[in-house]
Parts: sequence; structure tokens; C-alpha cells
Amino acid sequence: MSEVRQVEHVHLSPNQRAWRRFKSNRIAAVSGALLIALVLIVMAGPILSRPTIRNYVPAALAQSPLALSDLQFGAPSGEHWLGTDVHGRDLLSRVLYGARISLLVGIVGAGVSLVIGVLWGALAGYLAGRWDSIMMRIVDILYTVPSIIFVILLISAWEAVLKDQMARAFSAEMVARARLIFLFVGLGAVSWLTMARIVRGEVLSLRTRNFIDASRALGASHARILFRHILPNVSGVIIVYLTLTVPSIVLHESFLSYLGLGIQPPQASLGSLIAEGAAQINPIRVYWWMIIPPCGFLAATLLALNFVGDGLRDAFDARLESR
Amino acid sequence: MFILKRLAYMLPMLALISFLAFMLVRLAPGGPFDRERTPASPEIERALNAKYHLDEPLWQQYVRYLGDLVRGDFGPSTKYRNHTVNDIIAQGLPISLSLGALAFCFAMGVGIPLGVWTALRRGRWQDYLGGLAALMAICVPGLVIGPLLTMLFAIELKWFPVALWESSWHFVLPTITLGLYFAGRIARLMREGMLNTLHAEFITTARAKGLGEGAVVWKHAFRLAVLPVVSYSGPLLADLLTGSFVVESIFQIPGIGVFLVNSFQNRDYLMLVGLVLLYAVLLLGLNLIVDIAYSVLDPRVRYE
Repeated sequence: MSEVRQVEHVHLSPNQRAWRRFKSNRIAAVSGALLIALVLIVMAGPILSRPTIRNYVPAALAQSPLALSDLQFGAPSGEHWLGTDVHGRDLLSRVLYGARISLLVGIVGAGVSLVIGVLWGALAGYLAGRWDSIMMRIVDILYTVPSIIFVILLISAWEAVLKDQMARAFSAEMVARARLIFLFVGLGAVSWLTMARIVRGEVLSLRTRNFIDASRALGASHARILFRHILPNVSGVIIVYLTLTVPSIVLHESFLSYLGLGIQPPQASLGSLIAEGAAQINPIRVYWWMIIPPCGFLAATLLALNFVGDGLRDAFDARLESR
Repeated sequence: MFILKRLAYMLPMLALISFLAFMLVRLAPGGPFDRERTPASPEIERALNAKYHLDEPLWQQYVRYLGDLVRGDFGPSTKYRNHTVNDIIAQGLPISLSLGALAFCFAMGVGIPLGVWTALRRGRWQDYLGGLAALMAICVPGLVIGPLLTMLFAIELKWFPVALWESSWHFVLPTITLGLYFAGRIARLMREGMLNTLHAEFITTARAKGLGEGAVVWKHAFRLAVLPVVSYSGPLLADLLTGSFVVESIFQIPGIGVFLVNSFQNRDYLMLVGLVLLYAVLLLGLNLIVDIAYSVLDPRVRYE
């Protein structure tokens, strides 16, 4: 009797089992911890420079990322731990500020791609048949279009229109952030294709299951079947691909910012910081502190995000275990 | 027959892309002459607009553009007044293509051996080391690798030149910067393909017939194991093209990527649409070649 109870006691839901597998994957778990630490450090920037707090922390931690000074290309010192840039701005605060914007674009952009991708994929999979093949053919065609070019086209051609509209409707501060909103929407709008394919595949196989037929026989509406019964069963896969979408959007954003098409100065992202540092490379003198920190931060963030994503995929995808 | 069908399918695709790009750019506010240093008098502006046919209705401009395209004329550039878009393509395309081709060869040349090697030593330390190297190559983007390579090899060690595109010494750093990511992806795909293939029955048969391990791997298994890599080559080429923008800008290489990025900012309409179309043609053509290569390698795939 007691033995039976013990067996029941260790019975775990699929998600709990996946979480266990994830924790036993050492690289992924360490990357997850590193990622949380990076996010905390990045968030700490604006808190430390608050007037009530800044008296209690070293001055080097409370520099403003936008304050100009006369100290151009200052090497790392006690006051500026990572040195200063061409306008004498403190680089430590600028790297943290840039990382904040990069991560923000990555997360919000992934959110946009999540909404589009899941709705598109779930609809195609649920409708099946002719609608499915039309919707998936559209995805196939979009796959062959170099999406980043269309983001650039969209941003450079249409930003002025949106800025006009926003100037009428919102405050000036909001207009300054127009580029950020464009990046959210533009990058999200081209990153949903893989998500749509995967969700569609899962939904297509789920919709013929018995519990769906049972639910339909009980008179559930299509929306209820889709959102209450099918999508929760796809949630694991969705989470996995969401974590893998974040680094790809961060990468695209820094790519655009590097080319000068993304975040505009005086705002900064990791990509534009690397571009500023790379512009100062010449055979006579290298300001290494302008290049290594943003490069290192970007590389560490992308590596950690990818390791976590891979770890989650291995944890949720039980088929991979047998390999 | 399949090839003809695919070619016929490309034409409407290109027409659609040219229409979308043309309209997206032309409907946006602001003209190519907004940023002139001295504000032009109305007469001059009118004359400029008339010269470039910007005063006609949009559909007429588009039809005129399509007509020129059929004759192989991409039209004039409104930024570089003395050049046509054809000139700029003729100048930049060979450079961009050779950069792309070099990076492609580098990616295949490094990725395939690494993938096969790690698959054959599966579970041992070489496998983990190779896998980690491949993952690093995938996660760390070119815009990080480029400046770091320049600092280390061009400025500290002075082995290679810092920038530009002249002798073969200039080719090394840009090729590595562009190719490293794809080498990592290919190594992973190749390892996966090799692992799956080595379990197949025809491999056991080949071994049972007494073939050496080298012949088994390279003659029998390789042909099937390389298929994932081949089907990835299509998207790879697309990413290679866009990846070259950053590499060209890091190393100041005068390819078409630089002109494309500049034409966005200069509102150089015909240049922009022309270069986007050029990329589309390249992509669709290369994808077709990839599909043909696929059917040649895998006798089970026949496109009817």
C-alpha cells in the first residue's frame, strides 16, 4: 500500500518533468543564472543613479549615460571604470543603457512575433485543408524574402509618416521613441515565421485527437477549443521557440544599429556602441575599452540566451532524449 | 520540366517584389532632393523632377521602370549623378559576389570536416570541444568578431591589413568574419546528418563487405549525410547576402551592400529598388540551384 502511494507521489506533470531535465542540464542552468544576473545588473543602472541612492554607492556606478564631459577617450579609471567615449560619456553606464535597450527590443519584439506566429500557425493548423495550404504557402514565400531588407525599407520609408501622426496624438517624448516602436513592430513582424510553422504542425496533430472531438461533441465553440484545449498543450513548444527568438531579434537589432539604421544617437544599443568603438579603430591607436565591453556583453547575452533556449528545447522535447 | 516550372514561377515573384518595393519607397514622404545643401529654386526642382520623371503619375513611373528593366536598364541614380545604377552594380557586384563566394567556401571547408570529425568521435572530448566551438561561432555575431579580429590580427600583430579589398591578404579577415557563423551551422547539421546516416542499413552492408572506414564514411555515408547541409544552403545564401552589409561596412569594402544601406538614407529610389531586385534575383536563382543539387544528390527526390 505504502509503495503505491510513493509511486503516486513522484508522479509529475510533463512541464514539471521538463523543468527537472532543464535543471540537470548544467550548461543551460548556469546560463540561466548568468542571464538573470545580467538582467539584474542592467536594471540596476537607473536605480543607482537616483538622487536618494547615489550618495551611498561609488561614484563610478552612478554616472549618467547621456551626460557629456570634456574627458574624451579617457582610459578606464577609478571614476570611469570602463573609460569614456568620443563625447566624454561614461562607458560603463552607456553599455548598461545600451544593453537595456537591446534586451527590451529583443523581448518586446519576441512578444510581437509570438502573437502573430501563434495566431497564424494555430489558425492554419486548426482550419487545415485548403486554408492551411494557402496560409503556409504565404509563409514559404516570406521565408525566401530577405526579411531584414524589408525591415530597413519599412523603417526608412515610413518613419516620417508615423512621426507626424504621433506628434499630433502624443507628447514629444513619445515621438523620440518612435524608432524604438518601429524596431519592436518591424523585427517582430518578420520573426514569426518559424513560430507559425511549429505551432501549425503541433495543432494539426492535436486537432484530430479524441479529447478535441469530445469537447466539440459537448458543444464547445471553435474559439474555446482553440484557446482552452489546443493552445495550452502547445505551450511548451511555444516557450522554447520564444526563448530562441529573443537572441535572434537582439542580433537583428544590433545589426541594424551597427549600420546606423536602428537606434539613433544619443540613445544607444549594444550594436551602435560597437559601431562607435569600431569607428575609432586605426593603426595608430585603439581605444580597446570602447570595443571590448559592448562586444563582450553582446556575446555573453547571446550565448546565454541560446544555451537556455537549447536547454529548454532538449528538456521539452522528449524525443531527443532517446538519442 | 521542373526547372522550367520554377523559372516561370520566378517571374511573377519578381514582378510582385519590384511592385512592392517601388510603391513602398515612392509612396513614402520626402523626395531625393530634400537634402540638397542649398535649397533649390522651384524651377530647378521642377526641372530635376522632370528629368527623373518624378512628376508623372506613379503607375506611369512604374510602367516606365519595368520597360527599362526589360531592356536591362536599372535607371539613373539620383544621388551619384554621374552614375547609373548599372554602373554601380557593375562596380560593386563582383566584389560582393567574391566576398560571398569566399565566405561560402570557408564555411563549407571548415564546417563539413568539423561536422564529420565530431560525428565520428561522438561522445568523446573532441566531440564536445568541436560542438562548443560550433556553438560559439553561431552565437557570436560578425559585428563582434569583425572588430575583435581587426584589433588582434591587423593592429596588434599586423599580420593582415586593417580594411579595404585589394590583394588576397585583404580577403582573409572579412572572409572569416562573414563565414564563421555559417561554418558553425554547417558543422552542426553535418554532425547530425552523419550520426543519422551511420545507423542506416546500407552502411552496415558496406562495412560487412569489408570496405575501409574512410570509404564507408566519405563514399557511402557522406552523400546522404550532406543533404541537410545542402537544403540549408538556400537560407544560408540569403543570410550571407545580408550579413555582407555589416562585413562590408566593418572593412570598408566597396560592395553593393554599402550602396544599398546608403541608398536607404539618401532616398535614392531607383538605386534602392534596383538593388533590392538584384538581391531577389540572386536569391531566387541560388535557391533554384540548391534544389537542383538536392535532386542530383538524393535519388529518392525527383521533382515531377
